[in-house]
Amino acid sequence: MRDVYIIGAGIHAFGRTEGRSGRDQGVYSVREAMADAGLEWGDVECAYGGSAAAGNADIMVNELGLTGLPFINVSNGCATGGSALASARNAIAAGEFDIALAVGFDKHPRGAFNAKPADYGLPEWYGETGMMLTTQFFALKIQRYMHLHGISRETLGRVAEKAFRNGERAEHAWRRSPVDLDTIMNAPMINDPLTKYMFCSPAEGAVALILASEKKVKELGADAVKIASVAVRTRPPGSFEVFAPSVDIDNGGKPTVLASNAAFNTAGIGPEDIDVAQLQDTESGAEIMHMAENGFCKDGEQEQWLAEGRTEITGMLPVNTDGGCLACGEPVGASGLRQVYENTVQLRGRGGARQVPNSPKTAYSHVYGAPGLSGVAILER
Amino acid sequence: MSQTLSPIAAGLWTDEPSPRLIGGRLPSGKIIFPMPKGDSARDVEVYPLSRSGTLWSWTRQDFRPKEPYTGPEAFEPYLLGFVELPNETIVETRITEAKLEDLKLGMTMEFVVVSFDEHRSTYAFRPEKKL
Repeated sequence: MRDVYIIGAGIHAFGRTEGRSGRDQGVYSVREAMADAGLEWGDVECAYGGSAAAGNADIMVNELGLTGLPFINVSNGCATGGSALASARNAIAAGEFDIALAVGFDKHPRGAFNAKPADYGLPEWYGETGMMLTTQFFALKIQRYMHLHGISRETLGRVAEKAFRNGERAEHAWRRSPVDLDTIMNAPMINDPLTKYMFCSPAEGAVALILASEKKVKELGADAVKIASVAVRTRPPGSFEVFAPSVDIDNGGKPTVLASNAAFNTAGIGPEDIDVAQLQDTESGAEIMHMAENGFCKDGEQEQWLAEGRTEITGMLPVNTDGGCLACGEPVGASGLRQVYENTVQLRGRGGARQVPNSPKTAYSHVYGAPGLSGVAILER
Repeated sequence: MSQTLSPIAAGLWTDEPSPRLIGGRLPSGKIIFPMPKGDSARDVEVYPLSRSGTLWSWTRQDFRPKEPYTGPEAFEPYLLGFVELPNETIVETRITEAKLEDLKLGMTMEFVVVSFDEHRSTYAFRPEKKL
């Protein structure tokens, strides 16, 4: 397998963009990525992309050009972006192509997601009785975790406070004003223990990444970041996931642990070697639990980590340097690629006001979603 | 419990004086809930679940969900959570006859059928009544 690099990264600002479709935001991000890489659309040899709620990606050739390239639509829920990235990387690693595109975009209506039971193989009563909400799942998971591992409500608040502070410094973020801890803690409750400011919102946005072989990187003299590994994993037995009317009594398996271990093994490094991380923060509790599930700390240590500011941009392990989902919102198809975009920015030293100091060399991203899947990517400079 | 209410779905709990949720027993011995339907039910044995268990996690729904929720228009926040039925499975459920601040990890909970709206009933668990 050949080494694969990111040589172009483009983003369409997250949030709300009236009058521009999700796919048009995708096209915008592709043009940004091509300009960043110094390439034309005709140079792109294959493409993978998709959205959860904004249509197929391959229609983009209408705007980008009918070059005849293979364009594979990816529809993999919250891992749509991660799966597009994994596929594009594999196409180059296998030696089939030298330049590939991974693109993810979305545009969701306002308010919480309302999934249909049948789409998830679940009976209608489960949705009718009001138990099929993603927000509830996250509240239920962190509620138990807090009681088992001694995490305080204040720590949940600190995660959100950090997200908005970092979002203020990220041009592509949606929420760009700091929110103080008191306001976060005293905001209306959505699902106990999580208040309004502790949840991300469905949103809009798009990200495109141009991948290339080592040969092309040299030819172009590109500002490249190496993809050390990508791993996408689905849930093992006994995992506790979104939309589960029952959980196995022998529980504890987690798709994130599988994806994380696989990615670290392939990259040949461990959590202690990572300089910056983007972790799925659908809500504050998710970031806390994912710190442990990805191996960065032990269960319960997050309390001290947050109190000491270890996950701040200037901390030992900066987490969600662009404010994550909490500040950027969650356009499902684009969210996982946003994390990789942010890591690319950080490793290239282009983070501006949010740049992690001392030239980070390794970056980790983790996306998680329904119905229990995780995607991890490790980048190296 | 009014006799005029009809269950929100058939086959969710047993029709007996002390009703029980209907789970399924896989060939491996694992217990799941609900009992699957159609092809997924192949080799799955109907398995009525215990009426008593312990609280595994909980939350309160503080906003009215969008569809497919079909509860009353006049919204009242409701409690829900997971109850661990010993040696069986951990079921998601409405929680009734309790306040948020009453709920504790591991407390004993018991099965009950409750009204869902004017016409329909659903299942729930409530903190065990000390007799």
